[in-house]
Amino acid sequence: MSTESVELKQENNWKRYFTWNTDHKVIGVQYLVTAFAFFLIGGALAMLIRTELLQPGIDFMDGTIYNRVITNHGSIMIFLWIIPVLAGFANYMLPLMIGARDMAFPNLNALSFWLIPVGGLFVLLSFFIGAAETGWTAYVPLSIQAPDGQTIWAIGVILLGFSSIFGAINFVTTTFTMRTEGMGFLELPLFVWSMLATSLLILVATPVLTAGLILIAMDRVFGTIFFTVQAGGDPILWQNVFWFYSHPAVYIMILPGMGIISEVLPVFSRKPIFGYIAIALSSMAISVLGLTVWAHHMFTSGMSPALRVPFMITSMIIAVPTGIKIFSWLGTIWGGKLRFTPSMLFSLGFISMFLIGGITGVFQASVPFDLYVHDTYFIVGHLHFVLFGGSVFSVFSGFYYWFPKVTGREMNERLGKIQFALMFIGANLTYLPMFASGMLGMPRRVVDYAPELASLNLLTTIGAYILGTSVIVFFHNAATSWLRGPKATSNPWRALTLEWMTTSPPPIHNFEELPVVTSGPYEYGETPGASDTRQTLEVTGD
Amino acid sequence: MEKAMETMKAEGSHHEDHFRAGKALGLDHRKLGMWLFLSSEVMFFGGLLSTFLFYKVNNPSPSEVALLDVVLVGVNTFILLTSSFTVVLGLTAIQRNNVQGVMRFLGITMLLGAVFLAGQGYEFVKLYYEGMTLSSSVFASAFFTLTGFHGLHVFIGLIWAGLTIFKAYQGQYSAEEYGGVEIFGLYWHFVDIVWIVLFTLIYLV
Repeated sequence: MSTESVELKQENNWKRYFTWNTDHKVIGVQYLVTAFAFFLIGGALAMLIRTELLQPGIDFMDGTIYNRVITNHGSIMIFLWIIPVLAGFANYMLPLMIGARDMAFPNLNALSFWLIPVGGLFVLLSFFIGAAETGWTAYVPLSIQAPDGQTIWAIGVILLGFSSIFGAINFVTTTFTMRTEGMGFLELPLFVWSMLATSLLILVATPVLTAGLILIAMDRVFGTIFFTVQAGGDPILWQNVFWFYSHPAVYIMILPGMGIISEVLPVFSRKPIFGYIAIALSSMAISVLGLTVWAHHMFTSGMSPALRVPFMITSMIIAVPTGIKIFSWLGTIWGGKLRFTPSMLFSLGFISMFLIGGITGVFQASVPFDLYVHDTYFIVGHLHFVLFGGSVFSVFSGFYYWFPKVTGREMNERLGKIQFALMFIGANLTYLPMFASGMLGMPRRVVDYAPELASLNLLTTIGAYILGTSVIVFFHNAATSWLRGPKATSNPWRALTLEWMTTSPPPIHNFEELPVVTSGPYEYGETPGASDTRQTLEVTGD
Repeated sequence: MEKAMETMKAEGSHHEDHFRAGKALGLDHRKLGMWLFLSSEVMFFGGLLSTFLFYKVNNPSPSEVALLDVVLVGVNTFILLTSSFTVVLGLTAIQRNNVQGVMRFLGITMLLGAVFLAGQGYEFVKLYYEGMTLSSSVFASAFFTLTGFHGLHVFIGLIWAGLTIFKAYQGQYSAEEYGGVEIFGLYWHFVDIVWIVLFTLIYLV
């Protein structure tokens, strides 16, 4: 058939990655590669920051340049790295995992992707006309007074928000309408559940940030006075709007990661997932509760003191569904036949580091403690334990797990383990001393610090360089494996979810024959379909 | 190894129903996607509306509220509501396979939408000459931003109506296939409902 030969030709052509392509697998790779490129840029900015902070005093950046660097480090890592890289995994894997041939709206999907390089270009171009320099939080009135780059930055972030919203519409619609025969909601892989929770959060929270950024852009460009204090404008309003999005954004960045490790742990423990329904529903609970906690970022901002305690309580309640997940993961690996592949190592690293990030989050939710550490390096340490130790570790876990499926090649396990060791040591060495320097009173977002904090900062910078090295090892491994790695089989990890029931990489329509689901996704060590209890305590291994 | 999946004979991707699971739930994927988009639109207007109400309560500007012309905007509101009615008539027409009818009724919708926008433009200009501008007060900033972004949505709706009419002209809609008209209708009704909320909270309360 002529159409088929056209499709085959298209399938083998690398140029398709640079075109408006509607195949979700091509879009997924576009997402992943673009996000990793931004990860390099954001990481380079982090290296600059840590080099400047290597010793006290102002070394090679003045305060303004430093502010621009930290602002764009944060913006790039959040809007152009973690959010799109997780969306990239979802784009590639979600249709495969539910046995669909593509996403529900392929053209909208392509638009979601192409908004990312455009939005990213806006954010980067702002460097040439005086980049955003307010921190990624863009607090007013600072962000009204900043140079023109702040406007370009706001437009870029609005575009990236559209990308998220369109993606979320696609993920939810695809999951609801395109599941293959036999796949009910309780047969959905947990990564798909986590994307449902994430997408609902994006749909509710992201448009509010768009509205807020429009207020800033209107003030800057059209002369409105939303945030002019002399005229009665209220800066706290921006903080409310911003955190109404940006606290849920933390869950937008961590829920898909939790989904990834819920896939990885059972496969490499050869055991059914412990607490399938608990993990699935706790994602939804985090998603809903996450919308009610935003003002815990504003305890020191002059908000009504009467509102502090309610927000403190809701913030602490988030620890409950999160704890349910952590104990379920521990229950999953408990007594299993663990295989310490790089993917598994990163998942275990996720649990240990995210635990520290999560617990320090509970500390900060407590008003008296937060008043003490607000805007110090304690916060920086906490958020990096969550976003690096949590989100980024899950990204690498997913990357090692799905790389053979996407590229048809295996990654080098030895280099993967070296990367994990370097990254685990580097991350802890970077972020643990931040808790101490923060407790000692080191403020965040300042180019200089007191001399007595020198040794803690030296440790952090050494850790950051180790992290940087681990990233080089990773890129070397990924590039050489993609080009020359040994050919992967269709199911190298002997996993049970549907993405492994097709070739690596999958054909253009995903499955030669659509699979029909007859059992749950995690029935390792059991006769498939024999049990309707997903939480068996019997451990039979593989 | 455990083999959890059975496969069934391939039916060939062109004959399969990709949206079988959705139909089992009674969901049309295009309508579901549109509803999800509209839910995010609710939050977008929610953000702007909260800003407006916050300033209306905390920084009232009675002299500017007095400038608002409830009669003019009331007539405008009636016109916009009528445009929703003609969308319904257009949908009914195409469900009866009346292509001319859907083109005519959506044409009237466009006309009414354009009159609404013209009315809003007239209102803005009038207010501007009476001293209520983007920067005259936070109330005015919020008023123009909120109603202006609603106007932008009406404008996008006009373009969408035009495209729908063009597709009808090309013969893409029939009594069996009228999803495009229905989806456009969802958007247009949504923009209308938002206006009813705005009109109530800005001009009546």
